[in-house]
Amino acid sequence: MTKHQVTLTVNGSSETIDVDPRELLIHTLREKLDLTGAHIGCETSHCGACTVDLNGKSVKACTMFTVQAAGADVTTIEGIASPDGMHVLQESFREHHGLQCGYCTPGMITRAYRLLQDNPAPSEEDIRFGMAGNLCRCTGYQNIVKSIQAAAAQMNAAQEAAE
Amino acid sequence: MIPAAFEYHRPDSLAGALSVLEEHGDDARVMAGGHSLIPMMKLRMAEVPHLIDLQDVTELHGVTITDDTITIGAMTTQAELLTNNALTRAAPILKEAALQIADPQVRNCGTIGGNVANGDPGNDMPGLMQCLDASFVLAGPGGLRSSPAREYYEAAYMTAREDEEILTAIRFARPVGGYAYEKQKRKIGDYATAAAAVQIAAEGGRVTRASIAMTNLSDTPIWSKAAGDALVGSDCGTDAVEAAIAAMQADIDPTEDNRGPVEFKRHVAGVMLRRAIASAWART
Amino acid sequence: MNDLSPGSVPSPDDRAAKLKGLGTSRKRVEDARFTQGKGNYVDDVKLPGMLFGDFVRSPYAHARVKSINTEAALAVPGVLAVLTAKDLEPLSLHWMPTLAGDKQMVLADGKVLFQGQEVAFVVAEDRYAAADGIEAVDVEYEELPVLTDPFKALQSDVVLREDLDPEADGAHGPRKHANHIFLWEEGDKTATEQVLSEADVVAEEMVYYHRTHPCPLETCGCVASMDKINGKLTVHGTFQAPHVVRTVASLLSGIEEHNIRVISPDIGGGFGNKVGVYPGYVCAIVATIVTGKPVKWIEDRMDNLMATAFARDYWMKGKISATKDGKITALSAEVTADHGAFDACADPTKFPAGFFHICTGSYDIPVAYVGVDGVYTNKAPGGVAYRCSFRVTEAAYFIERMIEVLAIELGMDAAELRAKNFIKADQFPYTSALGWEYDSGDYHTAWNKALEAVDYEGLRKEQAEQVEAFKRGETRKLMGVGLTFFTEIVGAGPVKNCDILGMGMFDSCEIRIHPTGSAVARLGTISQGQGHATTFAQILATETGIPADSITIEEGDTDTAPYGLGTYGSRSTPVAGAATAMAGRKIRAKAQMIAAYLLEVHDDDVEFDVDRFVVKGAPERFKTMKDIAFAAYNQAIPGVEPGLEAVSYYDPPNMTYPFGAYVCVMEIDVDTGQYDIRKFYALDDCGTRINPMIIEGQVHGGLTEALAIAMGQEIAYDEIGNCKTGTLMDFFLPTAWETPNYITDHTETPSPHHPIGAKGVGESPNVGGVPAFSNAVHDAFRAFGLRQTHMPHDHWRIWKTAHDLGLHG
Repeated sequence: MTKHQVTLTVNGSSETIDVDPRELLIHTLREKLDLTGAHIGCETSHCGACTVDLNGKSVKACTMFTVQAAGADVTTIEGIASPDGMHVLQESFREHHGLQCGYCTPGMITRAYRLLQDNPAPSEEDIRFGMAGNLCRCTGYQNIVKSIQAAAAQMNAAQEAAE
Repeated sequence: MIPAAFEYHRPDSLAGALSVLEEHGDDARVMAGGHSLIPMMKLRMAEVPHLIDLQDVTELHGVTITDDTITIGAMTTQAELLTNNALTRAAPILKEAALQIADPQVRNCGTIGGNVANGDPGNDMPGLMQCLDASFVLAGPGGLRSSPAREYYEAAYMTAREDEEILTAIRFARPVGGYAYEKQKRKIGDYATAAAAVQIAAEGGRVTRASIAMTNLSDTPIWSKAAGDALVGSDCGTDAVEAAIAAMQADIDPTEDNRGPVEFKRHVAGVMLRRAIASAWART
Repeated sequence: MNDLSPGSVPSPDDRAAKLKGLGTSRKRVEDARFTQGKGNYVDDVKLPGMLFGDFVRSPYAHARVKSINTEAALAVPGVLAVLTAKDLEPLSLHWMPTLAGDKQMVLADGKVLFQGQEVAFVVAEDRYAAADGIEAVDVEYEELPVLTDPFKALQSDVVLREDLDPEADGAHGPRKHANHIFLWEEGDKTATEQVLSEADVVAEEMVYYHRTHPCPLETCGCVASMDKINGKLTVHGTFQAPHVVRTVASLLSGIEEHNIRVISPDIGGGFGNKVGVYPGYVCAIVATIVTGKPVKWIEDRMDNLMATAFARDYWMKGKISATKDGKITALSAEVTADHGAFDACADPTKFPAGFFHICTGSYDIPVAYVGVDGVYTNKAPGGVAYRCSFRVTEAAYFIERMIEVLAIELGMDAAELRAKNFIKADQFPYTSALGWEYDSGDYHTAWNKALEAVDYEGLRKEQAEQVEAFKRGETRKLMGVGLTFFTEIVGAGPVKNCDILGMGMFDSCEIRIHPTGSAVARLGTISQGQGHATTFAQILATETGIPADSITIEEGDTDTAPYGLGTYGSRSTPVAGAATAMAGRKIRAKAQMIAAYLLEVHDDDVEFDVDRFVVKGAPERFKTMKDIAFAAYNQAIPGVEPGLEAVSYYDPPNMTYPFGAYVCVMEIDVDTGQYDIRKFYALDDCGTRINPMIIEGQVHGGLTEALAIAMGQEIAYDEIGNCKTGTLMDFFLPTAWETPNYITDHTETPSPHHPIGAKGVGESPNVGGVPAFSNAVHDAFRAFGLRQTHMPHDHWRIWKTAHDLGLHG
């Protein structure tokens, strides 16, 4: 099988790697780029533990070949924080106990990050529907919803203050 | 879950894609969003020596809406169906159905072309397309041809598409009247236990045209002409609706799976259709 | 440093707040790394030269293995070795002991006994090559008749376990059939039968708790690494009991225990799935010894659901009797337990049915009997405690269904029937008919609080109105009120009767106070999301006066942590939490001597005051723990060794008995079987509350797992033993969309024998939640004559119940 040289932007830096066509994006991120934040949970695109942001959209990196992502702009949980500190969502998940074992958390936050970009003031129903591609076995979601609501409120307040 | 090795092709034109397909014949498969094919490859239930990624094929993208016709490029994602307001105004049933497919991440990758093309009886869009009397545009070595959705599905994963053809677009007349897509499923991300797509046109309180199609209740989607006919001329009263349900139930042939036994599915098919008709009628 | 005027000393409350000790909703210290993607789970472990191993698995549930040809696999690029039972046999590792006293094939030895069973282990340079190697291994099978029904298995001529002598006793006594594992009995059978036969009212039902699976989001896996230079084996893995794994690995491999280091890194949920020892661990260890390179093995999701430990699968035939006015007189449970192909339950060794005999529940039942028959079938082995103590959720489900059925039989309200039979607060400590000594409880107070909180009478009125509306054809929905009052038994356990493979189920804590007054504490447990690093520091903060933020908690590395039996069965707080408090008290005792010396008074003349020792009657004269720590290392104190360290191995005198009252209000669509959880109220009494925020989180999570189990989650097989639920499409894990909000509440009845009165909470919501959801479904149909139906209550089963009751016209 022919190897492909793939260039993609990951968390702002350009990465060029040689991959077999069948290499899954989640393995490239975890094994080759040492970005082990995104996890493998179900491998059939049901659990969302592998969620990353690709060209401004949430996708499941277990169901995408790296060659498909050639040229893409990828953000993982490791790229969500700013140099000034953690992202509001990262703080909020801690503040509201939105995580327990932590395994789903990177995918959860990465997905919530995009959800709030798309819908800055979601209702509880919007959050539950918008997060339905991410499974959590520990929290029962109640505090995840709370964490996202609180983060949204904080981000909106900051936005208003800035305006 | 690791797929077998394959060669990857990423043509940037339809002609390019067709030539790869022609070159490798049975050994090649086209891929749109990959959310049906990649899991099958990972489970090694699909063998694909040559994978043709269609994402760069510009001809497959885009939505065109005219006064009477809607054309949706095969690579249009389910997410785009939700956010294209013009499309929602023109054919609101698409959004109603797309919301009930998979989850946000999967909808960002999964395409309408992929959903209708492969003949998976679990997919929602095939039944919907039969309801809308859509045609699928197929490009092959001999050029383009059109295949009516109502004749496209032959059996599970068996369709009218030839191996060397690519489904490029979906075209249907702008629907008129009321609509509904009712789906029962076990959870987000599941296929339908039963689902009903209904479009009803009415004049003066009477049904003038009705189209009914059902999902995941046979090895193909089921467009039930008799069910639609049973509503025509009626005011969607109980007798007409029950006649439509009986007609639909004569056309479906569900099989038992983890979602439940045949008797249950037949019953739920009736419930879904009853609710869809009521909703569509209320929207006429 | 003691010259502060009394007025400037912060109040005890202010100083206590700074400690973030017991009762504080302290934010978790674990979260910073998890929210930033910096957790370290086993699949994140990457060692130089690491290989990847994976299994060829059986497609058949029962078959003879005629031959295994590995030639083509060895020719696959990147494949280095393929291990079969033949390769393991010279090492006596082709079979391994289970925690339940049985043995289990590591790799198929002549036959396979369940679909997904490990047949060969392919070792390759990476997981892609391993997958190709697996495809290339050619196994010839001869199919054998399959037994998936435990009742049929006990009648069948088909012998599943040909390796066992049919005449010989098993690990738990005589076997009555080739496919029988044990009969385990408790209570007085004769007396129970006598009462049942003479009772005013008897209710009898078969209550089935279906097979399911803990399914943590992270699957099981390990990285084994043999250092041939120093002879040391290191195994990173998803182990809920790392020390036990070390001991088992030593016994199996012959490597001395000091040369084995087992490390449980961050674990992505366990729920019982990661307690046992799996063939993958053994094969990875053999492979690293053979190849001299680190070998990683990680299950995929299908492997996890099909091959590693399932839970439940109990057929419980119950009889319960009462007087006409509803006083329960006897209970009998005859259980047929489907253990699958090998008896690999993770129970304390003396309890092959776990603590199922807690099944008299929260009720004062004078006489009872339990008999459990373990049976082999062609299903995956396991029988672990999935987010519950050993077989306790089965027991709670059983009694809470039997109570409901008895209420129907009596024509009585089920809430009233419960209240009438609760063990009364003044009866504790209470010894049950099946031999448990319940340490404490106040059931009536909790029950009344719960019923009041949900307006129970109002709910019943609303329900009756809805039934009438349904009968009039005005609605197609029915309302169910699901009640549960459960008593858990957790914290295994006293070494006198609780051991695993001979290892007593104590636990441990070792504390080292640094000279500047911060500390590190190490425990024999391992967190899988419970937040031990946060809560154990809170216990120590209160016990020692050192702020929780200045205490590092470490677990999971057998080279550094003291020996302990691990985390499952809600045992961490009752056992290791107690060890932590006791070790803290040892620190405090030594600190008291040092303080007295520094303050130049007698030991008895100083007393502990939040974060310091003060001279009695002279609060302005004190030494803070910080002062004391510094002095402990830097001042020669006559008769006192330098340093400030303590270790405690805690053997609990009894189990703890958390309890709770749950009410679920559900609306059911009889035409589709769909349901809506309108309200869920959960009152938990877990004794002293260490961290209310974490308790609430545990309750939310456990209830959601209960929702999943009750309403759809199952491991199902077809008649030839194919597992039908091997992916998350079919194995039901609810998303945020299907999950309701929960109302949590509590009462607080401290455990009298636990040093801080804590009882454990992680598993209560699963134990109590399952019957609450299930009872709600049953209750919705009570007005139409339903007595008992089986879980999981997925759409089609609810629909079928409605259908069978004639509700579809």
